[in-house]
Amino acid sequence: MISEERKIYLKRIKKDKLFITISRIMILVIFLFLWEILSRLKVIDTFMFSSPSKIINTIINTDNILLHVLTTLKEIIISFILGNIIGFIISSILWFNKKLSLILDPYLTIINSLPKVALGPLIIILFGANINSIIIMALLISSIISILNMVSYFNSTDQNMIKIIKTMGGTKKDIFFRVVLPSNINFIIDSFKVNISMCFVGVIMGEFLVSKQGIGYLINYGSQIFNMNLVLTGITLLILLTIILYLLMELISNKIKR
Amino acid sequence: MNTILEIKDLYKNYQTIEKEIIVLHNINFKVNEGDFISIVGPSGAGKSTLLSIIAGLEDYKGKIIKNDITIGYMLQKDYLMPYLTILDNCLLGLKINKKCSKDNIKRVKDLLIKYGLEDYIYSYPDDLSGGQRQRAALIRTLALNPDILLLDEPFSALDYQTRLNISKDIKNIIKNEKKTLIMVTHDISEAINMSNKVIVLSNTPSSIKSVYQIDYDFDDDIIKNRTSKEFMEYYTRIWRDLND
Repeated sequence: MISEERKIYLKRIKKDKLFITISRIMILVIFLFLWEILSRLKVIDTFMFSSPSKIINTIINTDNILLHVLTTLKEIIISFILGNIIGFIISSILWFNKKLSLILDPYLTIINSLPKVALGPLIIILFGANINSIIIMALLISSIISILNMVSYFNSTDQNMIKIIKTMGGTKKDIFFRVVLPSNINFIIDSFKVNISMCFVGVIMGEFLVSKQGIGYLINYGSQIFNMNLVLTGITLLILLTIILYLLMELISNKIKR
Repeated sequence: MNTILEIKDLYKNYQTIEKEIIVLHNINFKVNEGDFISIVGPSGAGKSTLLSIIAGLEDYKGKIIKNDITIGYMLQKDYLMPYLTILDNCLLGLKINKKCSKDNIKRVKDLLIKYGLEDYIYSYPDDLSGGQRQRAALIRTLALNPDILLLDEPFSALDYQTRLNISKDIKNIIKNEKKTLIMVTHDISEAINMSNKVIVLSNTPSSIKSVYQIDYDFDDDIIKNRTSKEFMEYYTRIWRDLND
């Protein structure tokens, strides 16, 4: 039996939610609409700022556009998987070995705060002007921060939970697999989510530096020949890719978190 | 009576960068099979440290003679793992010690059923009330079939009413399972109600100030106990001891 008051309450919640969704969509629609109209009325210069229809046109008519997108996507996925594996393994090692963790702490902090793009020339010399350098760049950006985050999650595990395992005669391995890991699983998944955007940044940065393919290359090339339409097309593709990857991550994490 | 644990000249200190702190010294007592011992003392008197030492979690100086016994330990809160079902929580110790045989699993299940958690075997801890969680935590401790149970202020996280009821439950369960109990508490009434021996610790550095043999057999009715003459007598003496 639902009371009248509760019905009104539930209705209001629903209404608020709908309002927010509609507002979000409206912002995008109005923005695109104004952009298109103002460029057709020649209020804004399409040579500098392009227009939605021109961008769609470019996406459809440029050769190899799918190849560029897939190249970037491939690089993101490789660096995402590698970054998480490396991040997880190293942070586990650092949890098991407290002293090592303390010794390495200042180095990790310094590497983390260093702008990785500055390492670009060095990376290219070491790994060549190819996809390897792009992956390394993305890994540098994504895995350091995920190591720092995961280690701090691991270390903040409830000491009394750990004590319980110890009273049962558990080893450090038991503590890790029965308490530290499962009690931090949500944080680990959240750190994966952060990781995907970090990989994105790293891959685009890498493509700016060395690539002959990919969305980053498209943007870089566009700016060199002063084709702003191409630059904006690249940015649009990036936004679309971000949305897709974000939704995908959200879906996977909800599945795992239950 | 069979002595199953003896503590001789126990001494414990902590080293910190600033100083050395002596927590326990000159601790001597015997634990007989079937004993229910309560340890009371001012806060910071090293009561919990004493339990940790007996459980083998901390080093010490002195002698602890354990006659081939195993020890179970329960903390102030239940600390059930929220991501495991009640059954999996209770099987944790068996899994760690690789003793998860069919018989043992059945025994744990039987304990859960026997002590009123039948409907919650496959629930997660969040679905249980504070008292039920505490019972589940006790069964988790009992799963490894310890000879002595160490309880470190096991009810202090519960509200007063639950606390009175669950302390009665826990006492009966431990009696039923024929275990020996050493419990730390700061509640004098709880100590008198639950045990046959109350050890009073002094301020730090703590030693044993006095030991009370509770000869009077209090029955299950905690409230009735509290108004009895014997109870009041013990209470007054222990209270005076603690506040000297």
